Amino acid sequence: MKLSRRTTAVAAIAGAAAFALIATGCSSGGTPAADSNKPITLTLATFNNFGYDDALLAEYHKLHPNITVVQNKAATSDAAQTNLFTKLAAGSGLGDIEAVDGDWMPKVRKYANKFVDLASSDNKDRYSSWKTAGGIADGKQIGLGTDIGPEAICYRSDLFAKAGLPTEPDAVAKLLTGDWNTYYSVGKTFAEAKTGAAWFDSAGATFQGLANQYKNFYEKNDGTVIAATNPDVKAAFESVLKASSTESSHLTQWSDNWTAGMANGAYATMLCPAWMLGVIQGDTPKLTDWKIANVFPNGGGNWGGSYLLVPTQGKHTAEAKALADWITAPAQQIKAFKVAGTFPSQVAAYTDPTLTGAKNTFFNDAEIGKIYIDRANAVKVTPFKGATYGSIMTAVQNGLTRVETGTQSVDDSWNQVVTDIKALG
Amino acid sequence: MTTSTLRAAQRTPRRIAFSQKLGRWDIRFSPYLYISPFFLLFSVVGLFPLLYTGWVSLHAWDLIGGQGGFVGGDNFVWVLQQQKFWIALRNTFSIFLLSSVPQIVVAIVIAAVLDTNLRGKTFWRMGVLLPYVVMPVAVSLIFSNMYGDKYGLVNTLLAHLGIPGIPWHSNPLASQFAIASMVNFRWTGYNALILLAGMQAIPRDYYEAATIDGAGALRRFFSITIPQLRPTLIFVIITATIGGLQIFDEPRLFDQYGTGGANSQWLTLTIYLYNLGWGQLNFGRAAAVAWLLFLVIVLIGLINLAITRRIASNEGRDS
Repeated sequence: MKLSRRTTAVAAIAGAAAFALIATGCSSGGTPAADSNKPITLTLATFNNFGYDDALLAEYHKLHPNITVVQNKAATSDAAQTNLFTKLAAGSGLGDIEAVDGDWMPKVRKYANKFVDLASSDNKDRYSSWKTAGGIADGKQIGLGTDIGPEAICYRSDLFAKAGLPTEPDAVAKLLTGDWNTYYSVGKTFAEAKTGAAWFDSAGATFQGLANQYKNFYEKNDGTVIAATNPDVKAAFESVLKASSTESSHLTQWSDNWTAGMANGAYATMLCPAWMLGVIQGDTPKLTDWKIANVFPNGGGNWGGSYLLVPTQGKHTAEAKALADWITAPAQQIKAFKVAGTFPSQVAAYTDPTLTGAKNTFFNDAEIGKIYIDRANAVKVTPFKGATYGSIMTAVQNGLTRVETGTQSVDDSWNQVVTDIKALG
Repeated sequence: MTTSTLRAAQRTPRRIAFSQKLGRWDIRFSPYLYISPFFLLFSVVGLFPLLYTGWVSLHAWDLIGGQGGFVGGDNFVWVLQQQKFWIALRNTFSIFLLSSVPQIVVAIVIAAVLDTNLRGKTFWRMGVLLPYVVMPVAVSLIFSNMYGDKYGLVNTLLAHLGIPGIPWHSNPLASQFAIASMVNFRWTGYNALILLAGMQAIPRDYYEAATIDGAGALRRFFSITIPQLRPTLIFVIITATIGGLQIFDEPRLFDQYGTGGANSQWLTLTIYLYNLGWGQLNFGRAAAVAWLLFLVIVLIGLINLAITRRIASNEGRDS
């Protein structure tokens, strides 16, 4: 009897403890603002490779001995995105500085009140205006630009030679100067030479280059979705797919097959934002025939590039702001460029001899500094990307993939794209 | 005899002591208290989220912005009108059938083999559990590489045999088969071990008697093993059903985007839910899908229960 009474009590306590546990779990203690001289740790959450190596972080520690910077690298941009939104919703757990990809930045801009205003007199005129604009929300500078992705054309000179096309970068640039039709018509010549390789990798990747050349492609400036009705979108969709039927390797970008195809010479050209150089070198380290042509269909285009943001939920927002400011400054952007090839977004960096003289041995000593400065200067249009940009892009890319994999005809696929876009509302 | 009746008579009107009362309460209520931690925990981590999800599904709800206006059944109506929802439901069932059915059949066969007098029993038993230990993410990575459309292992092998490659990432059935194979790889051994445990509990006398009566191995398997295994089978089938309907990891990692395929070829309900919640940040609609999935599982659970009851009564008759 005694025993069972004790167990009764235990059971009751266990039950109560379960509740207590949850109750305490919910209450969060407020922490006092950090003393600037106390040793603190700042977490810098990035993804892929931002070029922030240990040396750079150690340098900051030298400048500010009380601050240790720890970098959390997510494997992919998607993983970083999921992490950001989950923890933003939870209200805790984010790094002191969070890196955000330019393509999902519009989605983040909606929650400007969750981020610190980073504008200061120091970083006021650092960037090209369109890069600054991408980080502004509700009149606040919530994002400081890191790199940008000016686009050139990367090509395999061995496959070009096989098809009887010129192989030197200057000659190729001359050959491809023009609009997308020029690009496709050279592709037609290439395809007719029957080298066994395709002209470009996928309709999806090519479409991405095209989409970034319109001011209001999917949405109006007020955020109204026009993707389903904009004749430009439909025309681009159809023209890319028309070319793709004979000129594409039909390998969906970023798939395992796309990577394998790159190494196996399945396609001869690729749209090549500055950060793509690292991807190509990483996936085909044994090839020696990659070259870069200083040209892009229809002038210039920008694909990608990121921002650094400071979430208000962090404990050391002032210190984080100072770090974000320092690490995005021209000198540091050039250091990051040297490490990972991420192209600086700072105008001041474009006159720096380290950048103007930069060469890349993997790409047959291409003068990547000069080439990408030219490509960056050729970017004239700033696409408007609103909150639904990512979802619309997914719908359209799925549509392109459906046709490339032979699942649907062009018309059926377009009709489904329209349905999918309407379902976003 | 008289004394005893007297005593009993004396005892009845006696006031019950408090300690005795406590004793009675103890017998009456403490079993409930003993199991109460489960129900308390369940109500906090199971029931509350369930009801809260229901609450969310009735509102316009942004993942980060939080609760918006009350919209009633609008989210449900919207979801039910989406073609994608129905495709996802179809795919979920299709993957479920492609995985659970062969999985359980193969698991029974493996268990039966393990139940015989093998050399190195423990080694083989540990062996079948090995795939279960492998991380689901690793399994998905390996398999998605194998099922590459152009440079994948399977299609390369087929090409050597002169068979055209199978479009693993564009044909719905092929993609679902590929995903089901990942599920089967991971779970067959696990189920086999549970079934083996069930088989071990079958009295050996039955087999001896049957052998003396002249029953062959096959006859013994179908007339003794399978009927005796019913309770274990029911457990395995129910857990496989729930797991199968909630499938997420494998289809999500089947391609690099994780959104269920360009034509929703392998879009399952959980992925659809995920896309609505984290892709479009619309938690109201995602919650509505979650509730619909819950209802589907309950429905299947009820069907399972009906079957279970029938088998249970059969069992009573048999023994």
